[in-house]
Order: sequence, then structure tokens, then C-alpha cells
Amino acid sequence: MIEARELTKRYGDKTVVDRLSFTVKPGEVTGFLGPNGAGKSTTMRMIVGLDAPTHGSVTVNGRSYAGHPAPLHEIGSLLEAKSVHPGRSAANHLLALAYTHGIPRSRVDEVIELAGLTSVAGKRVGAFSLGMGQRLGIASALLGDPAIVMLDEPVNGLDPEGVLWVRNLLRQLADEGRAVMLSSHLMSETALIADHLVIIGRGRLLADTTVEDFTREAGGGGVKVVTGEPAKLRSLLAGPDVTITSSSAEELLVAGRDAREIGTVAALHGVPVYELTPQAVSLETAFMDLTRDVVEYQSAPAGTARKAA
Amino acid sequence: MTVTSIALARPAPYKVTGRRVLRSEWAKFWSLRSSWITLAVAVFLLVLFGTIASYTYSAGATAGGPPGASSGESDAVSLALTGVTFASLAVGVLGVLLSAGEYSTGMIRSTLTAVPRRLPVLWAKAAVLGPIALVLTTLGALAAFGLGSPGLDGEKISLSLGDDGVLRSLAGAGLYLGLVAVFGVALGVLLRNSAGAIASLVGILLILPGLASLLPDSWYDTLSPYFPSNAGQAVYALHQSSDALSPGAGIAVFAGWVALTLAAAAYRLARTDV
Repeated sequence: MIEARELTKRYGDKTVVDRLSFTVKPGEVTGFLGPNGAGKSTTMRMIVGLDAPTHGSVTVNGRSYAGHPAPLHEIGSLLEAKSVHPGRSAANHLLALAYTHGIPRSRVDEVIELAGLTSVAGKRVGAFSLGMGQRLGIASALLGDPAIVMLDEPVNGLDPEGVLWVRNLLRQLADEGRAVMLSSHLMSETALIADHLVIIGRGRLLADTTVEDFTREAGGGGVKVVTGEPAKLRSLLAGPDVTITSSSAEELLVAGRDAREIGTVAALHGVPVYELTPQAVSLETAFMDLTRDVVEYQSAPAGTARKAA
Repeated sequence: MTVTSIALARPAPYKVTGRRVLRSEWAKFWSLRSSWITLAVAVFLLVLFGTIASYTYSAGATAGGPPGASSGESDAVSLALTGVTFASLAVGVLGVLLSAGEYSTGMIRSTLTAVPRRLPVLWAKAAVLGPIALVLTTLGALAAFGLGSPGLDGEKISLSLGDDGVLRSLAGAGLYLGLVAVFGVALGVLLRNSAGAIASLVGILLILPGLASLLPDSWYDTLSPYFPSNAGQAVYALHQSSDALSPGAGIAVFAGWVALTLAAAAYRLARTDV
């Protein structure tokens, strides 16, 4: 369990993380979302004690990270992809980390196999592709058999097979009762893996919700109906909260009634319906709506006047 | 791909201890090719220059030669230790690579995530590299002396290992170089940048003594013996010049410099974000 309370990080005048409070619970995958520069990586570095918070605190299983006798057993983390000396082999890198905790060599071999690195374990990490580097990072995160697994952008650079592997792995880890936290700036991909969402922008908490709730709230996109008698159906469905638009002769877009109601009405009145599709607003769109005001590096329209300094 | 079992039986008996951190740093040191190469270069320079200097010595000529070679009268030991200056750069760089190299590659994040108390990492690096450099450069100094001796056969200055102060000087060179390696580790952790740390190392060991001659004479005479490399030289010189420190004082002063740098490095390591 990770508990952040009023976590704040300032660099000079710039507040990177601003009174952030959230909890990462065991048995769940928590997606940690935000646009680039939102403070995700800084927050994760504070969790494992690489950066010290300016204010507030964060605990890992009830204690500060450095207070644990075997920190790698509490939380395994993958931070920036390259936290590895390129001149060392993957196996030697993992072994060096394992020695600090007295983790046996057999466990090193286990995580190498788990990450699918057996054939390249003796190769220098400098020769690794981005995807292999990510697999090594995930292997080192799992090395200490941790209660919490925290991964910063784990699918970066992975091929589709690797992405699927990570997705299944994280699900399995959560099902084993571990707390899983992964950061991403991609909503659609996170929604596939996560149970819980913590969304931040400019270091502030924007939403702390479940994927289910977020999806439901985002689902106000109406229902697409293709029918042989659009005029008749239009009048049948009309009501105070209902708006109906139409983009082609047979097609209607109905907002304010769900697919079930529309289908029932149509059947009752013998209107033929060829297609009935709920139009979910894409999660990505909902996410962008939420974070629009806090995007750090917004692409400005060309010709925007420069602000005087 | 199937996912094999991830779990080990909890609770695992894992625990970070000082000895384990030492074991880890030991493994890290030997698993890098650059460690082997730099270490070999240090010993090679030590042996090569010492041997060559002994063979090319002729009684009449003054010992010109490279910086750091002791001025004035040569003796068999000072000739054998001609390479100390070069070796000191090599072992110093080795120390920097071991510590600052972690910052430039990002390895430091893995290291400090595994050992979040941080300071044991610095102590372990110093404790691993110092003795390795000490042992190998002492052997190197002995080899340089041994290989050089035949070249001085019949010369007035020829000495044997058993002569007064010879072993002390050769071992002193190893001790000095061991401390230089630790100095490099400390500079690397302090500055977190390989290029900066190597530049500082060269500046402090080689350039500072020369630069100090710009000081007023009375200041220079008082201060100069206490400069790191001058104090170090007193440790391995067979005969102390009148203005130099005694070997014991020399090692104490140089060790003091190293300890000071280590303390500064420890402060920065413990206090600042990575």
C-alpha cells in the first residue's frame, strides 16, 4: 500500500507536485495518469526516496521507503528506462542488486526467465533495444518479490506481444494480492489494465476514481440508430431531454435515451431497426477534456503572440 | 507467452546489511570491463616507467624526466617509483568511474533504490576500491623495483629490498595510490560528473602544487608540504627533502584530505535528490 499525503515538490519557484494525496491499494492495478510534465515521475521518485518531498509525506506499507530493512521486498520499481550501467550484462546487473538484499542467484535466474531475457542475459545492457531494456527494468522490479510493483511507463518501446505480456503480468500480480501502480500518459491503454485511476495535471490531483466510473461518466455520447423509418422513430423518441440529430437519410444520433429504450420503442411500433450502437465518447477524449487546462506543453496555434517577459 | 509463478514464499529473509552492500559493490566493480582495463593500465604504467627509468639512469645526468619525479638526487627507489604520478591518475580515474559513472549512466537510481540509506554505498565503494588499488599497486611498485634493479647494477645508488626504508617507500606508494583511488570515488560522488571529477583530480594532484608557486615565498614554504600530492610524495620518498613532511605526517595529511572529500561527498549523497 502506498499512501501519499499532501505530497509537494518544489524546484525553486516551480511546483512540480502540489499537495497530492492518493492511495494505492493491494489487489488492484492503479493507473497513474497525466500529460507529460504532470509530475508523475517526480511523484514516483519521491515514493522510493530518490527525491525528498518539499512538504507532505509518502509511505510505503506504513513506513517511509528508506525505513524498511529490505526495501526491494516492499516495493519493486521501474523508473526511467535506463537506470542501468550499459557496460554490465543484464545478469550481472540483477545480481549486483540481489547481493544488497541477500536475494539468491536462483531468484535472479527466475526473473530473467520471467522477463524473457534468458537468451540475452549475458549481453551488455548497452546493446539492448528499448524493449529489452524495459523487460530488464521489469525483471529488476520483480527481483525482491515485492508487495507493491510500481512501473513508470512500462509499455514504452515494447512490441504488441510485449504490451500484452505486461498487461497479463500486472493483472496476475494484482490478483496475487499485490498493489500495482503504473504511470502512463495514454488513457486508452491504461483503461485496459487498471482498476483504479489517479489522474493528475500540473502536479495536482484531477480525479481519483475507478475505471468503471470514469467510463460511465464518459459514456454520454448518444446512440447511433439506423432505421428504415427515421421520421417516425424521431417523433416517437422525442422528449424534453432528448436531442436527435441525423447525418444521413437512414441514420439518427440520439442523445438522452439509451439503446435499450430506443430498441423497445422501435419494436413496440414496428419500426425496423438495422443498427443500434451506443456511441461512447472515447476515454482518450474524456481524459483530454479533463486535462486540457493543465497541459504543460500545449501545442500553440501558429502565430500566437509571445507574452512579454 | 505463459507467465510462470512470480511469488516466492513470504516472508523472505531479505535484508540490506553493510556486508551485503560491500558484496554488491565488489561484484559491480569486477563486472565492468573498464575496471579491469583501468586497473591494468595503472599497474602497467607503474611497472613500465619504473623499469625504464632505472635502465636509462646514468650517474652523471640529472634526472630530468616526467612531472612528479623527485627533483635533486635520484635513488633506486625514486627511479622505481617514477610511474607513481601516472598510476595515480589511472587509479584516481578508476575511482571516478566507479562513482560518477553511476550518475552518468543512471545506474545510481537502481543502486540507491536498493540501498535507500545511501551512505553504505559510498563506504562500500571506498572499501572495495581502496584495498584493491592498494594491493595491486604495492605489487606493481615491488615489481618495478625488482625489474629495475638489474639496470642499476654497479651504480652507486643501487639498493636492495632489505635496505633501510626501501620496503617502507614501496609500500608507501601503494598506500598513497590506494588513497588516491578513494579520493577519486569521493570526488565522483561529490561532483556527480565524470569529466568534472577527473578534471578536479588532475587539478588537485598535478596542477595545484605548480600553481601554488605563485604564492609569496613564505606562504608557499609553509603551505606547500600540505598540498595533497606533496604530502603523498612524502609517504613514498626514500629521503625526505628538508621542507617535506615525514612519511607518517605525510600519510596523515593526505588521508585527511581524502577524509574531508569523503565527508563532503557523504553530505551531498545523503542530502540531495538524485
